[in-house]
Amino acid sequence: MPSNEGHEVRRILTSAAAIGLLAGMTACGGSSETPSGEGQAPSGPIELTIATFTEFGYEDLIKEYEAGHPNIKITHRKTGQGGPHHQDMLTKLTAGSGLADVHALEEGHISTFIDKADKFNDLNEIGPKDLQSRWLPWKYDGGKAKDGKLIGYGTDIGPLAMCVRTDLLQAANMPTDPASLKTMLATWDSYFAAGDQFTRATGKAWFDSSSQIFNAMVNQLDTGYINRDDSLAIESNTKIKQAWDKVTGAAKRGQTAKLTAFSNEWNSGFKQGAFATKTCPSWMLGVVKKQAGPENAGKWAVVEAFPEGGGNWGGSYLTVPKQSKHPKEAAELAAWLTAPEQQLKAFKTTGNFPSQVKAMESPELLAYTDEYFGTTKVGELFANQARKVTKAQYKGPRDGQIQENVTSPALAAVEQGASPEDGWKQAVDGAKKLVR
Amino acid sequence: MSQTTARSAPSKSDIAVVPPRRPSPWRDRLSRLDVKASPYLYIAPFFLVFGVVGLFPLLYTGYVSLFDWELGDDNPVFIGFDNYVELFGDDQFYKTLTNTVSIFLLSSGPQIVIAVLLAALLNARLRMPTAWRVGVLLPYAASLVAIGIIFANLFGPNYGLVNSVFELLGLDRVDWQANRFASHIAIAIMVNWRWTGYNALIILAAMKAIPREIYEAAWVDGASPMRRFFSITLPLLRPTLIFVVVTSTIGGLQIFTEPKLFDAMPGSNNGGSTNQFQTVTLYMYQTAFEGQHFGYASATAWVLFLVILVIASLNFLLTRRLVR
Repeated sequence: MPSNEGHEVRRILTSAAAIGLLAGMTACGGSSETPSGEGQAPSGPIELTIATFTEFGYEDLIKEYEAGHPNIKITHRKTGQGGPHHQDMLTKLTAGSGLADVHALEEGHISTFIDKADKFNDLNEIGPKDLQSRWLPWKYDGGKAKDGKLIGYGTDIGPLAMCVRTDLLQAANMPTDPASLKTMLATWDSYFAAGDQFTRATGKAWFDSSSQIFNAMVNQLDTGYINRDDSLAIESNTKIKQAWDKVTGAAKRGQTAKLTAFSNEWNSGFKQGAFATKTCPSWMLGVVKKQAGPENAGKWAVVEAFPEGGGNWGGSYLTVPKQSKHPKEAAELAAWLTAPEQQLKAFKTTGNFPSQVKAMESPELLAYTDEYFGTTKVGELFANQARKVTKAQYKGPRDGQIQENVTSPALAAVEQGASPEDGWKQAVDGAKKLVR
Repeated sequence: MSQTTARSAPSKSDIAVVPPRRPSPWRDRLSRLDVKASPYLYIAPFFLVFGVVGLFPLLYTGYVSLFDWELGDDNPVFIGFDNYVELFGDDQFYKTLTNTVSIFLLSSGPQIVIAVLLAALLNARLRMPTAWRVGVLLPYAASLVAIGIIFANLFGPNYGLVNSVFELLGLDRVDWQANRFASHIAIAIMVNWRWTGYNALIILAAMKAIPREIYEAAWVDGASPMRRFFSITLPLLRPTLIFVVVTSTIGGLQIFTEPKLFDAMPGSNNGGSTNQFQTVTLYMYQTAFEGQHFGYASATAWVLFLVILVIASLNFLLTRRLVR
């Protein structure tokens, strides 16, 4: 008997081990992403690497570049999401090795990297000359460090417009003709006033999430959370507090759907029609379309207006880190990829809105429509919205972190029941803790 | 010549002169060394690897914790124990520590009780025993990230399945994200889902090793199944239970992925809008890789290490006491 039991024990453990092994194997299978081309002989062509995240639409362009430059071989490293891409980028930047020759950097993360500008090449120095006029001025300035060094060539932008559920507005007996919508979206005050009217009439929420509105408002200010001397501005800049009071006030009056942006619940919120307006950078159209689904086609309209002018959310830069062994060639590649012609092609494959003036003037872009949003010429609309942005706001160190880890959670806390004053205290304390 | 001397009287010198089968002195020493040293050599790889990936990081973390060390800092400033002093006055640290202990108690406690009961059930006569055993282990084999995403969906405050079922049953909806205790329960359920089956199998293996004669004797004496369970099974499971309790303490106090994925904000390390479910490891990770304060994060890591040591030994003593 005992021997039999020993056998039994072993069998249990074997099956356990087998499953464990299986789990381990699948885990390995998921994470093995060896950059190809690293083990090749260094003789012959110059090997460049380019690292991007999500979709830049560069696959065909890279082939085209290789065809035109037989001495250059390019390896494209892609990461699915922006978060891990930038985390990885920061680690490798500080470790001093591992970055690609051309490394993409997103606008929302630029504050983390711009104060480490000494670890990037000055593209004005090593790259082709006189490219500045390519870009919208604010996009070009956004890629500059405090000392004027250009660390990134602009790729795409995310000019802001407003998306509106016209059917919900009609249900609330509110006008939905473009002229009235533009008046409604003239200022934040008029926007929140319309929100009160809508919420009273329907009992539904006006916007998806407080932080989505608040971030846009803060982005429009002359300075953000950080002053030019890198001191904390959250308290000294009274306009931030004013924006806070407006948003939290509207939230407490029932205008927010209390959905955390990009969460699963937020996605469901689109399907359920949980809110009537959405701050809409150009790339958001794809999100709206996907999350609201075909059953809501034609209900969303894009309005060529944004409270108090315009704004930008998103878009990237191509940098050439100092680690690169072929900085000149890398800068050339980056300059070529960010030329108007190439970014227009990328726009056609991915919808990433180009930041180049010439690309924005192209008839193809201006005539672009998306039937999900009716007959509106969205290409022209966003080109116009992009021109309404007047300047690049200075993004001091940790500016992005304050938005992600301090003010957004504090606004969520207010939505979950905290008083606006307690939320503000949480935001200020959190920002002070980060910037010390 | 040697023959004659050998025959007449074997002397000391003679023995020394007949060496054919005797190993040379250095070979002798080598073989003795072999016996003595080889075992250490054989286990050396483990200690070497442990030294490189375990001990060195541990000690180096201690070293880093004495500096004001920003990520990528070329000249970190030595500040002695200032990081520790600051940590002990940090409200967020205590909040995250409370969260961690709360989630640990809500997960490990029920987990071990259920695992023992599950093992007892699996120990009964069942059709297709292997299928059942593999079945309870399946959640363990599933990807943690997948489990995290699914559970975060189930516990969605607005459109989650759990709240829909609650509403159907006439119960109040629960805001699993905002409510601190509710969020701990949701995360603990996620942890238990993954680890209960694993622990149950370890306990089942130990149960199988209990000699049947003892049960038969107890049965002959008229002991009820309950009595047999409490007086035979549990006491004999003690060493295994100690092992399970200690390992789940170590794991439970380092919970990271579950609360990270539970947060509605994708990729966030905040642990909710007011850190209501941020654990110490999550806070440490946020400090290091978002806040870039490596020194402070290292100090947190060391304090967490000591906390785990204390709680694990407490659990060890308790388990030894309780299960006699």
